[in-house]
Amino acid sequence: MSAGFPHKHLLGIEPLEPSHIETILDTAQGLREVLDRPIKKVPALRGKTVVNLFYEASTRTRSSFEVAEKVLSADSLSIATSTSSVQKGETLLDTARNLEAMNPDMIVMRHSASGAPHFLARHCRSAIVNAGDGAHEHPTQALLDALTLRQKKGRLKGLKVAIVGDVLHSRVARSNVWLLTKLGAKVVLSAPPTLMPPGLGALVPTTHSIDEAVEGADAIMMLRIQLERMSGGYFPSLREYHRRFGLTEERVRRAHKDVIIMHPGPMNRGVEIASEVADGPYSVILDQVTNGVAVRMAVLVLLLGGTQETQA
Amino acid sequence: MTARMPAGFRERQELMDQPRLSRTLARMAHEILEREPEVTKMVLVGVRTRGVPLARRLAALLAETAGGMPAVGALDITLYRDDLTTVGPQPVMKGTDIPCSIDGRTVVLVDDVLFTGRTVRAALDELIDFGRPARIKLAVLVDRGHRELPIRADFVGRTLTTTRDEIVQVQLSEEDGADRVLLLERTPEPRPARPRRAQRKRPAKGVSKGSVKAKRKTPGKTRRGGR
Repeated sequence: MSAGFPHKHLLGIEPLEPSHIETILDTAQGLREVLDRPIKKVPALRGKTVVNLFYEASTRTRSSFEVAEKVLSADSLSIATSTSSVQKGETLLDTARNLEAMNPDMIVMRHSASGAPHFLARHCRSAIVNAGDGAHEHPTQALLDALTLRQKKGRLKGLKVAIVGDVLHSRVARSNVWLLTKLGAKVVLSAPPTLMPPGLGALVPTTHSIDEAVEGADAIMMLRIQLERMSGGYFPSLREYHRRFGLTEERVRRAHKDVIIMHPGPMNRGVEIASEVADGPYSVILDQVTNGVAVRMAVLVLLLGGTQETQA
Repeated sequence: MTARMPAGFRERQELMDQPRLSRTLARMAHEILEREPEVTKMVLVGVRTRGVPLARRLAALLAETAGGMPAVGALDITLYRDDLTTVGPQPVMKGTDIPCSIDGRTVVLVDDVLFTGRTVRAALDELIDFGRPARIKLAVLVDRGHRELPIRADFVGRTLTTTRDEIVQVQLSEEDGADRVLLLERTPEPRPARPRRAQRKRPAKGVSKGSVKAKRKTPGKTRRGGR
C-alpha cells in the first residue's frame, strides 16, 4: 500500500523518505497511461493555478511541466524572466509576492541560486516545486531517471549506476545520488579531478577513470558539460574531454550487456557522448523525456490533490 | 493478502459466502446475456480495484455460455473524482487500461458496490473521453442504496438496506485471498466508567444513548437492515 506523500513542497530529494519517493514513482507509473489516451486530458486539477517561474533557460523541464499541467486540466502560466519585470530589477521575493497576490496554488521554479526555492517556500503560501536550483538539486529529473531505470530494469535495488561527467556543476547528479542511494542502487561517480566536487565522495565511490566507472554498469548516466557555468580552465579542450571522458561505443562495451544509456539533456554530441551512442539501441534518452511528463503529473497530483496531513 | 478491516469497524454479518457469490455472478452473467446477446461486441470495464476481477469473472462466465469472449478493461477513476482536490485521501493511481476502441460497442461497467453513485458518475465521464459507445450498462454485485445522484444499475447481484455509516465490504480471492461479502459496523465507543453525578445528565443525550443500546442488543436478536 502506498505510504502517501506528506509534504507541502518538493524542494529536493535529500529530505525525502524512501517510501515517499516510491509513492511518487508508483503514482507516475499509474499516470503514464494517460499520455497514450485518445483524449489526453483528465479533469483532476480543474480550477488549480500553477505558475512556472523560470529564471534560467529550459526547454525540456519547462515544457514537460506545462504538458503535465495541461493534461491534468490545471491552469498554468509560464514566466520566462528574460521577458519579465525581473529585467527591470525586481527582486525574487517581490516577484513571488506579486504572483502570489494572484492566488496560484503552486509555483514551479528554476533559479540559478542554490536554495532559492527553499527561500520561496518560507515566504509563500503556495506549494513550491524545485525545477532546478543552481548546482544543488533537480528532484524531478532524478525521479524521472529512477522511473526509467525501474521500467527498464524492473528494480532499483542493487543496480550499478555510473554517473559520468561534469559532477561539479550538476544538480542532476546530486539529486540522483540521493535518490539512488536511498533506494538501494550502487552509484559510482566519475569526473575529471577539476569537475569532481569535494564531499560527494563521502556518500558514494568516486573515480577519475570513466573506464573503471562503467565496468559492468547496469546503467550509465552521462552529464552535460555545462559550458555556460564554466569560468574556464577545468579541462584543456573539448576534444581532450571527449577522448578522456566521452562515452564511446567502445566504452559502452565494458558495461553490462543490457546496459542502458541515459542523459538528462541537452546533449553535447561529440563531447560527453558520441552521436552513435546517443542514437544507439541501448539509449533510453527519449523514454526519459516521456517519463518526465508522467513524473511531473505525479508531483502535481500528490501536492495539489488530496488533503492528507502535510508537514512543511 | 489478508482482508482489510477499516479502523473503528467490526464485522456484523456475512452477507455472501463463496458459493453464494459464484451463484450470484452466474445469474448476473445470464441476465447480461439475455439483454446483450452479442458478446463479442461487448466490452466489460471493471472499476478499480474490485470491479476488475469481477469483470474478468463475468467475462469468463459469458464466454462459457455464449462461446465468444468479451473484451475486458480496467478503469481507474481517481483523476475524475469530484473530491480529488477537496476531501478524500491522497490518490493512489493504478492506471486505466481499455484494450480496444469502445466506439459503437456496448460497454458494461462493473463495480463491486453501488453506494452514492459518485464513482459511477466519474466512470461515465472517463469512459466517454475514450470514445462514443453505443450504450453503457451498469452491473454491480451489491446495491446498498443511499444514492446522491440519479443513477441506477442495470444488473444487480443483491440489493441491501443499509445505514449510511455501515460498510459493505466485498472480498475477492484475487485481491483478498477469499470470496465473501461482509457488512461492517462501527465499533461502539468504549464507555468510560463515570461517577453517578455525570450519569444523571445522560437522558439529555437521548440519541447517543439509544444507539448504543440498540447496538448492544443486536447479538442474538433478529438483525435489522441486513436482508
